[in-house]
Amino acid sequence: MSSSLQAFLAMGGYAAYVWPAYAVFLLVLLGDTLVPTLRRRRIVRELRARLVRQAARQDAAHAAPVAESGAAAAPSRSR
Amino acid sequence: MTRWIPLWLHRLSSPPTFYRFAGAVWPWAMGLALVAGAIGLYGALVLAPPDYQQGDAYRIIFIHVPSAWMSMFIYAVMAVASFVAVVWRIKLAEVVAMQSAPIGAAFTFITLVSGSLWGKPMWGTWWTWDARLTSELVLLFLYLGVIGLYHAFEDRRQGARAAGFLAIIGIINVPIVHFSVNWWNTLHQGSTINFFGSSKIAADMLWPLLVMTLATKLYYVASLCRRARVDLLALEGNKAWVQEVVAPEVTP
Repeated sequence: MSSSLQAFLAMGGYAAYVWPAYAVFLLVLLGDTLVPTLRRRRIVRELRARLVRQAARQDAAHAAPVAESGAAAAPSRSR
Repeated sequence: MTRWIPLWLHRLSSPPTFYRFAGAVWPWAMGLALVAGAIGLYGALVLAPPDYQQGDAYRIIFIHVPSAWMSMFIYAVMAVASFVAVVWRIKLAEVVAMQSAPIGAAFTFITLVSGSLWGKPMWGTWWTWDARLTSELVLLFLYLGVIGLYHAFEDRRQGARAAGFLAIIGIINVPIVHFSVNWWNTLHQGSTINFFGSSKIAADMLWPLLVMTLATKLYYVASLCRRARVDLLALEGNKAWVQEVVAPEVTP
């Protein structure tokens, strides 16, 4: 069993070429799948933050209605 | 102008529709790619017999050749999508073209590295400036050029247009890669697989190669769907449909 496993890992003496080739194949594709995962996380976080800011601005506008003549209330940047 | 495009394709090119469609497709494509990949790797590394000339070193073929096919196939998809994007200015075609580029570059890189690792024990060199190797390296530079040009523009759509032109011009290199082993005397061996005749390979070596080819195709579908979805969110961040997608993820 262990000798057949050793023979398998030895790859007929070409282990130093066969295994790195397979490792590069798997690692590069793994990296490729991680790119959209991480990018999605970042973009969703940014869009969320934007939605929260918009909602807060609208809340502020409703809570403190200024002159109805249209003199726009400067949206408070603080929150 | 777009009258001849079938209606479903027209509908599918709407970003929210494609976003949902790709979201339904990619888990299946990825799952099947993993199953096919596992079966293919088992056949490649365990079941297939050693080659009578190359011993076990030839097993690199099972990742090298499918990756090389993908490097050309993805380039063709990218060029066709770029053509559609440049002529009809369909946003989804730009997304498909530009999001295909990094996947194609990844497969081209795998092809070059695995080929190098195969060349060293068989030819005695990691690299030679032979027509097949050189044209494949040019393919990698074309992918990198498309990616670089795309990101060089402030306006993403303008960048996709410029990079699309480069992708279209670069398609000339794909037949050069493919036929290089016939047109020039190369150190690289000729085609092993012949789809219109008998292949020069035993059946128990052929099926893992074909299964790995299927796995890489499915992987590309899955990866492209995932990349395109994220890209559509970024491109259409101001649209109501994106806000609906993002909103449930905001707060419970």
